[in-house]
Amino acid sequence: MLKAMLGEAWRAMGANRLRTVLTMLGMVIGVGSVVLMLAIGQGAQYAVAQTISTMGSNLYILISGSTSTSGLRSGGGGGPTLTVADGEAISELDGVANVAPVHQGTQQLVYGANNWNSTVVGTTPNYLEARAWTLISGYPFGDSDVRSATRVALIGQTAVDNLFGSDDPLGKTIRIRQSPFVIVGVLGRKGQNLDGRDQDDTVIIPLTTAQRKVFGTPFVGSVRLMMVQATSAEAMPVVEKNLTALLRQRHRIREDQENDFYLRNLAAAADSAAETTRVMSMLLGAIASVSLLVGGIGIMNIMLVSVTERTREIGIRMAIGARQRDILTQFLLEALMISVAGCLIGLLLGIGGALLTNALTNMVIVISGTSVLVAFGVAAAVGVFFGYYPAHRAAGLDPIEALRHQ
Amino acid sequence: MSEAVIRVVGLGKSYTTAAGLFPALKAVDLAIDAGEFVAIMGPSGSGKSTFMNLLGCLDTPTHGDYFLVGRNVAQLNKDQLAVLRNRTIGFVFQGFNLLPRMTLEDNVALPLVYAGVDRAARRARARQELARVGLADYATSLPSRISGGQQQRVAIARALINSPPLILADEPTGNLDSQTSEEIMALFAGLNRQGITLVLVTHENDIAAHAQRQVRFRDGLIVSDQPTPADKNAPILVGKDLPAPADEDVRC
Repeated sequence: MLKAMLGEAWRAMGANRLRTVLTMLGMVIGVGSVVLMLAIGQGAQYAVAQTISTMGSNLYILISGSTSTSGLRSGGGGGPTLTVADGEAISELDGVANVAPVHQGTQQLVYGANNWNSTVVGTTPNYLEARAWTLISGYPFGDSDVRSATRVALIGQTAVDNLFGSDDPLGKTIRIRQSPFVIVGVLGRKGQNLDGRDQDDTVIIPLTTAQRKVFGTPFVGSVRLMMVQATSAEAMPVVEKNLTALLRQRHRIREDQENDFYLRNLAAAADSAAETTRVMSMLLGAIASVSLLVGGIGIMNIMLVSVTERTREIGIRMAIGARQRDILTQFLLEALMISVAGCLIGLLLGIGGALLTNALTNMVIVISGTSVLVAFGVAAAVGVFFGYYPAHRAAGLDPIEALRHQ
Repeated sequence: MSEAVIRVVGLGKSYTTAAGLFPALKAVDLAIDAGEFVAIMGPSGSGKSTFMNLLGCLDTPTHGDYFLVGRNVAQLNKDQLAVLRNRTIGFVFQGFNLLPRMTLEDNVALPLVYAGVDRAARRARARQELARVGLADYATSLPSRISGGQQQRVAIARALINSPPLILADEPTGNLDSQTSEEIMALFAGLNRQGITLVLVTHENDIAAHAQRQVRFRDGLIVSDQPTPADKNAPILVGKDLPAPADEDVRC
């Protein structure tokens, strides 16, 4: 019986093609815009997630406290109060995966006739792991390089482009502040960070080498900045508490004194960026849903007209034995068919529009199976929801009245 | 005689109107046996249409009992009535009432859709019934392609498809010329000879003359119930029974 009714619904749709197509158009536009907006929104989310993952996950940045000299106060990171020994103690804590003390600054790099100003990062081998940074060629330096302050360097892609052009930098020697450094590894490309800074414009060298040969600090073994990576997001609150207690103890800070360091949670910043795009993507979806709603109302409108027009037909069907639920099913199927057909066309248009957007603007587009399924489910629900009232009205007609209807 | 196909006892129907309760049908007692061919006659407003709607299970009475093939249907709900209409009664209307977008075959098969018969069987039965009314060649035509008389034949085929014991025809010749009317009536007479009980509403005496029995309504009551006179041409009219020119409740 359902098969026969599907056939009839198909025939009813074909009977007034222009009207069916126009009704469907509401659904087409609704579903199309939902799919397109979700694709753009999820693309933005994906792009942000990518950027965040390049920073490294579950990261804390530990910054030394400010100093005060004759009334002149430095900002955070002003005094070299964090020591490498502090870092080693922190790495013993439960839930800490990596600790990397960092001494960084900008320096002029020279290779042959080229020179380039770039960020020089002096750190320990853990840094690469904390930042989830991989090498595309060569090897990272090891702890022995840090101990003996060897002049080796890992070079980022932007620095490679500017100093070496198309040459292979591996094994070449560059000069940083008159000291020669051998390039032992080339870093993979990371792109911009959340501030828009180019993370690839960098050279990484051992911490000891940086302090002794490049920057020349009177406080060797002390740093202003440390990266601390927790083993998981769940471990972060515990790490924060224990790390604070440990440093207060090591720095002999009395109960009533403030910390002489700052602990910044990078995950929080990342979360807020992700949250922003999530809200934006939801907003886009919500706006698009309004057009889906309008499409649904269009279906309801046309179905009501159709029921009125076909009152007599309904009367005939009832006279020859159609039960109320048969009439209800028939009109519900028609509404469902229009919305599902509109949904299919809308899906194709939406996906096509998303691909076109991607081709024209290079915007990141993500078409997920979930969003397609959701759009489809919503369209079917719209068909049933907005088709139910007209169908119910048709089924509730009095057979005698319906038969007399002109 | 065999068991009564239709037996009504004190059957009545009242409508609530602005002027108060209006009794369209007061209290009617009637029995129609299997195989009878009965014409229901009466002027506009006499209650015959209300009576036909009740017989056809399209309406429920306000009082009285209606036994259709021995079963009291006065208390059935809408869905039960729908099943009864589907299985027990075949309808033939004045305006043919075929669905314009369906082929004749599909039109004839439509009651079987609601009876839950599968497609192949529906098609076979529909062709068979179309052949029975002499329209086997038109199975895939649309109703708009054939004449009024042919459309009424298709409607009769549709009424016959579930092999109902009873056929109700409401002014079946009202939209047809006299020659086509005769053909349709001959078809009805043939069906009656095959044992189908026929109840026909008409206000034309020469149409009613095909029936074996004529029941006349006036003001919601049966005023006469007699066998058709042997001589078809004998005048049995009295002035007030002359057909109403425009019967508002007959034209669908």
